[in-house]
Amino acid sequence: MRHPHETPNDAAILDVITTQLSLEGPLLPMLHALQETFDHVPQSAVPLLAQTLNISAAEVHGVVSFYHDFKEVPSGRHIVKICRAEACQAVGANALADATLEKLGVAWHGTTANGAVTIEPVYCLGLCACGPAAMVDGKVVGRVDTSKMDQILSEVGA
Amino acid sequence: MKIYVPADSAAKSLGAEAVADAIVLEAQSRGLDVELIRNGSRGMVWLEPLVEIDRGEGRKAYGPIEPKDAAAVLDDTFASLGAVEDIPFFAKQTRLTFARCGLIDPLNLNDYKANGGLLGLTRALSMTGKDIVSEVTDSGLRGRGGAGFPTGIKWNTVLGAEADQKYIVCNADEGDSGTFADRMLMEGDPFCLIEGMIIAGLAVNATKGYIYLRAEYPDAIEVMNKAIAIAQSAGVLGQNLLGSERTFELEVRVGAGAYVCGEETSLLNSLEGKRGVVRAKPPLPALEGLFGKPTVVNNVLSLATVPVIFERGAAFYKNFGIGRSRGTTPLQIAGNVARGGLFEAPFGIPLGELVNDVCGGTASGKPVKAVQVGGPLGAYMPPSDFDTLIGYEEFDAAGGLIGHAGVVVFDETADMLSMARFAMEFCAVESCGKCTPCRIGSVRGVETIDRIAAGDSAAKELLTDLCDTMRDGSLCALGGFTPYPVMSALTHFPDDFDRKAEAAE
Repeated sequence: MRHPHETPNDAAILDVITTQLSLEGPLLPMLHALQETFDHVPQSAVPLLAQTLNISAAEVHGVVSFYHDFKEVPSGRHIVKICRAEACQAVGANALADATLEKLGVAWHGTTANGAVTIEPVYCLGLCACGPAAMVDGKVVGRVDTSKMDQILSEVGA
Repeated sequence: MKIYVPADSAAKSLGAEAVADAIVLEAQSRGLDVELIRNGSRGMVWLEPLVEIDRGEGRKAYGPIEPKDAAAVLDDTFASLGAVEDIPFFAKQTRLTFARCGLIDPLNLNDYKANGGLLGLTRALSMTGKDIVSEVTDSGLRGRGGAGFPTGIKWNTVLGAEADQKYIVCNADEGDSGTFADRMLMEGDPFCLIEGMIIAGLAVNATKGYIYLRAEYPDAIEVMNKAIAIAQSAGVLGQNLLGSERTFELEVRVGAGAYVCGEETSLLNSLEGKRGVVRAKPPLPALEGLFGKPTVVNNVLSLATVPVIFERGAAFYKNFGIGRSRGTTPLQIAGNVARGGLFEAPFGIPLGELVNDVCGGTASGKPVKAVQVGGPLGAYMPPSDFDTLIGYEEFDAAGGLIGHAGVVVFDETADMLSMARFAMEFCAVESCGKCTPCRIGSVRGVETIDRIAAGDSAAKELLTDLCDTMRDGSLCALGGFTPYPVMSALTHFPDDFDRKAEAAE
């Protein structure tokens, strides 16, 4: 269940963390579960994770900050990822990305002023034979051209 | 009437969901009795969504299909491609690892068994660990993830290690641009990977396996999780698997967007819940791997090739290929290419034959300028190197690597200085930070290429020196192999690095 707009309290965070306690090496699954539930990994989760796993808060912070996917603040209501890798570059991904960022007036990782969409770079979606590729809230889109991107952006309310 | 519409990500990205809906709606409105099967992809991405219909006389293919074509496809008035097996791109292949991919319903265990599934595992259950390892060694199978290390030798090390717990870890962190074979296999034939991992477990006495699957593949994650649940409830996984005395548990773990976690020691740290920082070797993961226990770490394709080796025998598999590159390899052709997709063939096909004859050159119709083989850490090869045969040693001799066997095609509009700069930029973004040549070298590399772009041709020598340092001094392949794309671009396409000073103004 996603509650992106609530400020989670400790009890809510612990509820999420404890669902993963039985796993070996549970920190990444815990972080995924937090990100899934709260749309980011709240700062207040760091000491709770440290206490639960009996490691230092610095270690937890080190892990959270290492991985591109864990966010310290919530993203926009929708996330559009545009592939920047070589195979997509070979079919015009750079021009597509530049045009998209310029149109929205954001940089990579930026969120539109209305909070509708965050644009993220991604390095390969495995759609290399039908690029340029994008992912809209977990749904894959291939052979994205300017008109397809315009359609995506209007659907997410950018 | 059976209708096959792939649920593979590539097909979905090109509209397969809407096509499936349209066909079902059209069939219902006609009162037709149809069975919709969401198969994997046959690997011909330029034809996706590729719909197949079996009207009782074998499967007829149509593609690419849009929702508006639903009626014509059902009527058979849409121009058919005939049987998939007769399409030249498919007919030229030798499908061993991908034999079932696209053919069967990926989540139907009976379908899997009816097409050779579990025969390899059943045979392995009657063998000792030592004999299983020998069979893999005899097959000549080498790591398909890129390093090409003999799989049997790795397994033998783990078999010989004494420990209360051992692990099988599947590296499904397929981050290399231009590669999608792991994804296709997991989405199209997940039981094959499960079977391969169980056999690995039987070989080395490991009872627990993890599939480290990248977060960028949500569809593959969903299919693998479903397949594991089905295999568990059918007694293929778990305690007393297939009625034997053996146990094997399997779990999917999801990555978090770090490319470097495709490196095996970084992957193990990530699985343990740590930063995905590379470990120094030794100790080898085979002796001290996950949680310090002896661990087999193999790529998806290596593990998914194991069942066919046990089904058909090591000698059968070894019979394909050239030199020390035995068996088949699932080549993935992508980028600016007319007919892109997955092409499984014995090692030994010339690169140029693959790019030009099989795949029809560029999609744009312009001449091929370069192909990058082996992902972001692979060399850019010019058409003058197209006689290089696909094989580990053959590519090494040509100054490249086959890596995960991805081939990305670029036409003449590609600017190789930009591609070299991107390689350094990518390395800087994805470096785990543990070793200096990679962490600092990649940043300096971007700056140095910018100097060349601004007309400072003396910086070329500096770039060459920097690449030598990164290649010789980095801890893993990220920093160590980034010089491949950079130096191959500089060597083969010097004109692109010959910028006049005013050009940068």
